[in-house]
Amino acid sequence: MSETASDTRITAEITRIPLHYPHMRNWWLLFGFSLVLLGCFFVAAGALFLNGVGMWGNNIPVNWGLAISNYVWFLGIGHAGTLISALLLITNARWRNSLNRFAEAMTLFAVVCAGLYPILHLGRPWLFYWMAPYPNTMTLYPQFKSPLSWDFFAVLTYLTVSLLFWYIGIVPDLASVRDRAKTRRAQVLYGLAALGWRGSARHWARWQQAYRLTAAIAVPLVVSVHSEISLLFAAGPIPGWTSTVFPPYFVMGAAFSGFAVVLMIAVTLRHALSLRDIVTERHLDLLARFLLTTGLMTAYGYVYEVFDALYGGQKQDLATLHDRFTGLYAYSYWGAVIFNFVPLQLLWFRGIRARPAVLFLIATSVVVGMWYERYMLLMTALYRDYLVSSWGEYHASLWEWLLFAGMIGVFLAPFLLFVRFLPVISAFEVKEALRETGDLSHA
Amino acid sequence: MREPSADRQPFGLMAEFCAPEQLVHAVRRSREAGYRSLDAYSPYPLEEMPQALGMNGNAVPWLCLAGGVLGAATGYGLQLFTNDAYPIATGGRPLFAWQPFMLITFELMVLFAVGFTIAGMLVLNHLPRLHHPVFAVTDFHRASADRFFLAIFCNDPRFEITQTAAFLQSLEPLRVEAIQSTEEPE
Repeated sequence: MSETASDTRITAEITRIPLHYPHMRNWWLLFGFSLVLLGCFFVAAGALFLNGVGMWGNNIPVNWGLAISNYVWFLGIGHAGTLISALLLITNARWRNSLNRFAEAMTLFAVVCAGLYPILHLGRPWLFYWMAPYPNTMTLYPQFKSPLSWDFFAVLTYLTVSLLFWYIGIVPDLASVRDRAKTRRAQVLYGLAALGWRGSARHWARWQQAYRLTAAIAVPLVVSVHSEISLLFAAGPIPGWTSTVFPPYFVMGAAFSGFAVVLMIAVTLRHALSLRDIVTERHLDLLARFLLTTGLMTAYGYVYEVFDALYGGQKQDLATLHDRFTGLYAYSYWGAVIFNFVPLQLLWFRGIRARPAVLFLIATSVVVGMWYERYMLLMTALYRDYLVSSWGEYHASLWEWLLFAGMIGVFLAPFLLFVRFLPVISAFEVKEALRETGDLSHA
Repeated sequence: MREPSADRQPFGLMAEFCAPEQLVHAVRRSREAGYRSLDAYSPYPLEEMPQALGMNGNAVPWLCLAGGVLGAATGYGLQLFTNDAYPIATGGRPLFAWQPFMLITFELMVLFAVGFTIAGMLVLNHLPRLHHPVFAVTDFHRASADRFFLAIFCNDPRFEITQTAAFLQSLEPLRVEAIQSTEEPE
């Protein structure tokens, strides 16, 4: 942040974006593209509703397929938003303030994508509410010892908490946009969304208590949600899914992929919205360090998994390990190792961490690598069970790929609307942090 | 502190400052002068303010705790009750399996704790309240950007329009203005 940062300028710089969006043409191009993808989603999901999951390539023994590996992947991406926002808030790392708002929005939309996948995978998606425990005439309640039921509660809780945390965080900035809006329509809409926030000190005191408490609760929530996802695997008696490293391995992988997406978004927004004063090179540098750290932690999971199979010496576990290295889906194992960890090593160098374009490419590689990892964990374990009679192959059908493309649209379209219409950076928290360090001047 | 109802005339007096330190100082001085029905407005939370205003409420953390306890009890109780009332004996699993029950217990604990915290914060703050007399004060739109305001409300026992205005002037604000009661918008 430049030394002359005044609170007037910060507010102006951030609230100008929703009120007078720069580069409307680029936005429309991207939004049009995301609408096309969103169209793919409706086509693929509509076809699925009409014809059932028989359109997909998954069948016994591989009955999870792309739907569940993407579910884990999307949910993992979402976790970084909460970690950046909540963990860095309670540890008082003030640099988070330039990143937390759009990272939280990323969480929100990634969790929506993640939540849709298991529902679409249900076979009869329109009966998804059967997972909720409600008084019914079937004299039947959900099986609470089943991972499907854990999923329902974990995703529901995570989605609700992410939404509330993001919303109470954005209310003061919505008030700021309301106060700067010139047209009647903008005043009314932002005014309604801001709930009549007037910056009263009495409100701020309770707001701060609520915000910090929610953050403190959100951190263990992230750990619990992705640990729960890993228990989905570990609750099944499948070779290759029983290592005790699974919960931390999944949580770290989640943070790793999510930081990569946050880095991609930070580089893009910084460039597209000219936010170089607010998202500085220092922020990109810190994000890159986080990426490197969580990447190395994830790499530890890979090493431990191999060690676990070798040390345990179970025949089936060794066979799964062998299949990972050389089997039908070995490409996904090596894809994960190479895309995740090879370009990552460049981040050891300060010079690389200062180059946004290179950071973007490394982050993209990590996102691809983590996708391979989720796919690899499912395929290599499921396609060879204990008995030869339950061996089988899985190849994703075109409909599954179409749905995947559509899900990217489900993520991108609302995210672009967020970038266009809401304050993408937390203006008041940036000012608060600058005041504490004494770098804020007043007009 | 209770704010006066919106039809009292005038609703109060407002002083405008351009730096947070001035506002904190002004609040401390007003408290020393015996004013109790007052409020401060700033674009971001000021750390010193709760203490300067004499606020020491912990209702929000208590609500959070209550929500967490209620959520955990709901989650665990729900699983106990349904397994008792609608037993599904499959896979050799015990009916009451406390280890897997902990997952949903934890999730509902978090859900209720956060729900109580945020709903409680909004209710205690009397939000949403889209219309408030202070919005009509000159420059108040800058309370969300770069200006700092102190309001003394008319229901304060020491409030007397000329004396209070003179007192606020002595704090050297940019300006002092009466907060006009405004009708509800049509």
